[in-house]
Amino acid sequence: MSKDLLKCSKLNKWYGNLHALKNVDLEINKGEVIGLIGDNGAGKSTLIKIICGVHGLDNGEIYFEGHKVNIKNPKMAMDLGIETIHQYNTMFQEMSIARNVFIGREPVKFGLSSLSILNEKKMNLESMKAIKDVGLDLRSPHIPVKELSGGERQGVAIARSMYFKSKMLILDEPTNHLSVKETLKVLEYVQSLKSIGIGSIFISHNLYHVHEIADRIVGMARGEKVCDMPKEDTTVNELIKLIG
Amino acid sequence: MFSKNKIKSLLSRPEFSALAIFIFLIVVFTFVNERFLNSRNFMVILSTYPELALVALGITILMISGEFDLSVGSVFAVSPIVTMILIADYELHYIVSILLGLLAAAFIGFVNAIVTVKFKIPSFIATLGMLFMARSIAVVISGGFPPSVPKDLPTDWLVGRVDMLRVSIFWLIGIALICNYILKKTNFGSWIYATGENKEAAKDLGINTFWVKTTCFIICSVLAGFAGIIQSFRIKTVITSLGQGLELQAIASAVVGGASLMGGIGSAFGALIGTFLLLIIDNILILSRIDGNWFKFAVGALIVIAVILNTLTKNSADKIRLKDDD
Repeated sequence: MSKDLLKCSKLNKWYGNLHALKNVDLEINKGEVIGLIGDNGAGKSTLIKIICGVHGLDNGEIYFEGHKVNIKNPKMAMDLGIETIHQYNTMFQEMSIARNVFIGREPVKFGLSSLSILNEKKMNLESMKAIKDVGLDLRSPHIPVKELSGGERQGVAIARSMYFKSKMLILDEPTNHLSVKETLKVLEYVQSLKSIGIGSIFISHNLYHVHEIADRIVGMARGEKVCDMPKEDTTVNELIKLIG
Repeated sequence: MFSKNKIKSLLSRPEFSALAIFIFLIVVFTFVNERFLNSRNFMVILSTYPELALVALGITILMISGEFDLSVGSVFAVSPIVTMILIADYELHYIVSILLGLLAAAFIGFVNAIVTVKFKIPSFIATLGMLFMARSIAVVISGGFPPSVPKDLPTDWLVGRVDMLRVSIFWLIGIALICNYILKKTNFGSWIYATGENKEAAKDLGINTFWVKTTCFIICSVLAGFAGIIQSFRIKTVITSLGQGLELQAIASAVVGGASLMGGIGSAFGALIGTFLLLIIDNILILSRIDGNWFKFAVGALIVIAVILNTLTKNSADKIRLKDDD
């Protein structure tokens, strides 16, 4: 069994006339953190949206755990074990923490697939457990998410990804809008994923964060990959020049 | 003593302000007119109540999913007209005819969904078009004069009298309980709220928002059609103008009952309370012999007041910060 978790080869994507992704290759091993950097419009978001099934691929190939895959929608990506924490908020403010953790993948007692009775007891217990596992302490699964702080919400999002035993985690600007303390917590958390063999892609504008946390750094500019190297081979200043 | 926690969860319920206004008006109306708080009067109100409440219930579910339907008034006419034509002209069994009448409503809901969701047209416009089209279909298929309701048609199971009430109230209660259960206790219910609050996020989490919305459009349409059939059975006649103007009353009921035009908020119970509020206002105007033209004024004022109250209570609920020991 190879160490390869995800392998993308020659990915291309056009938005109308805009060639947003040009022959991009990307490899991630188990337990590896990739720092993905680049200026706005460099193609980072396009790349990860293809991997997590939000956008389709124009041409190119994706292999996951050695098998060729065709990720048509977010559900397929999640079924493979690719979880994504999007830059924009994917929490439902009016809904409780328990509902948010399980939304789209609710444990049910019985019924037809899309009309089944929720197992609320399990949702409440397991959501609190999942949240505890990521180091957060929230008092009740019934609290609506709108009452949580930015960091707590991010914690719930991470707990959601972790609960479903992801093999790969994509974090798109996970530390935006977070306090210093909360940011440290998220970074610490991503570090801890390495030991359990989860590969992750960490996207951030904050190159210091990326440099601190990543094993390998991939830089993008104008839809192309411009660098791919172990972080030991580079410095933050060099990175700034590379993607500028 | 109420705990802060209980007060907070009470205040943040979408139907809270409607319920508060409801209790307030009952108290006031009781003082204004001694005939108001009288079981006979309430039974009169309740005998026509299910028809409007079913439409409001459907609209509420659709509004929670983030869409809107102006065509319910026309569907309210199409379903009974299709049903009566099938019974009178084609001599089909009345149950089969009713089911086909509801199928026609479901089809209209489906078309509304396709136009809105697939072509990304605001549901306001899509269903405004359907309002005219469905009304026109109602007139055309019946040649302007729908067949009269056969005298021997069994109607008791749907609108028969039980004391002063009608059987239709039990249909309403049953359907409302089912809707409430689906909204609050099933995965599909969760997806309706999620889709209404943040469609993109729901999609990214693997929810098929297209089918969620389509199903809600169909539920809304079928409930409107069923309400129309109930009314035609009750008044024993079908006319092509059945349900004209009903869409705005139903939307008013839904909004007064706490459903948000932005989606993601609302409840089945709220729809029932909202509709009841509209009807008791109408009732007190009649009892007090006030010029009926004030009805629209009262409904308009009620909508504005209910929505303002909704916003205020929601804000104050959000402000109640709970400490760990609550």
